[in-house]
Amino acid sequence: MIAHSIFFYMFSLIAIISAIMVTVSRNTVHSVFFLILDFISISCLFIMIGAEFLGMIMLIVYVGAVAVLFLFVVMMLNVAQQKNKWLESSSGYSHVPTGMIISLVIFFELIIVIGGWKYKPDLVSITSINVDQSTTNTHSIGNILYTDYIHIFQLSGMILLVAMVGAIVLTFNKRSGVKKQSYIKQISREKTEGVSLVDVKNNEGVKIDN
Amino acid sequence: MITDIGLGHYLTLGAIIFTIGVIGIFLNRKNIIVILMSIELILLSVNINLVSFSIFLNDLNGQIFTLFILTVAAAEAAIGLAIIVTYYRNAGTIRVEEIDSLKG
Repeated sequence: MIAHSIFFYMFSLIAIISAIMVTVSRNTVHSVFFLILDFISISCLFIMIGAEFLGMIMLIVYVGAVAVLFLFVVMMLNVAQQKNKWLESSSGYSHVPTGMIISLVIFFELIIVIGGWKYKPDLVSITSINVDQSTTNTHSIGNILYTDYIHIFQLSGMILLVAMVGAIVLTFNKRSGVKKQSYIKQISREKTEGVSLVDVKNNEGVKIDN
Repeated sequence: MITDIGLGHYLTLGAIIFTIGVIGIFLNRKNIIVILMSIELILLSVNINLVSFSIFLNDLNGQIFTLFILTVAAAEAAIGLAIIVTYYRNAGTIRVEEIDSLKG
């Protein structure tokens, strides 16, 4: 129990500090690295409390795919070095108090919600599906995901497909002056428009360019 | 007890990370990529809430929905970065202050 709490505080401290560093750090590449550290520590927390499948999926999806995508874009766009501070605009710091007030109000609302739930636990009626403790977490998630939630699962695959098509369409730029094979033009060519029979008169040639 | 880690601790961690993400969106004047990263932080805190409720209430539906949130977050990151790349190609900057063509 002591070890559990020690690891919880350690990982959550790393997560909070790296989340602050994501927004504060001047170099955007450093922000991406702190984002990776944040995801790693949160997935360690997930593994610690028993959601090991989601922890591993977090590692694979976020650290392996999304963070590397961010890194690619940051390095491609040449915006890594920013000389100005992260919250200084051309009109000074006039937007800081409003943003801080709204953020703190949101934070205290969340804390009030958590406190109300904690000190009056019968506020929500808990109707829990009893998780079978003999199977692993991955096994039980698979049992639910491929039976009860199969349509939503396939729909999420469609979301990924649409996102992929959209990203390709947005970033694809057609270069002019490059000659390429047009398959549809080749396939749709027919005999009637490709070949024509010409009556050749005597002592006259055939005019080709018409 | 401070050593007794319960649901409230995880929810507080989620609230703190959510607030840091919101602050990052509100106060950021650097570039839009950091705002996208703040959105990722907010989705991460939502995932923390769902997973901790799912573990402590012994109900697997929260983890299933965390999986779907992960899917949508990945799609959102891909689309957002594609939009940023296109905008940078057209406008030459992605600084938050200089993106004001909708201001009128």
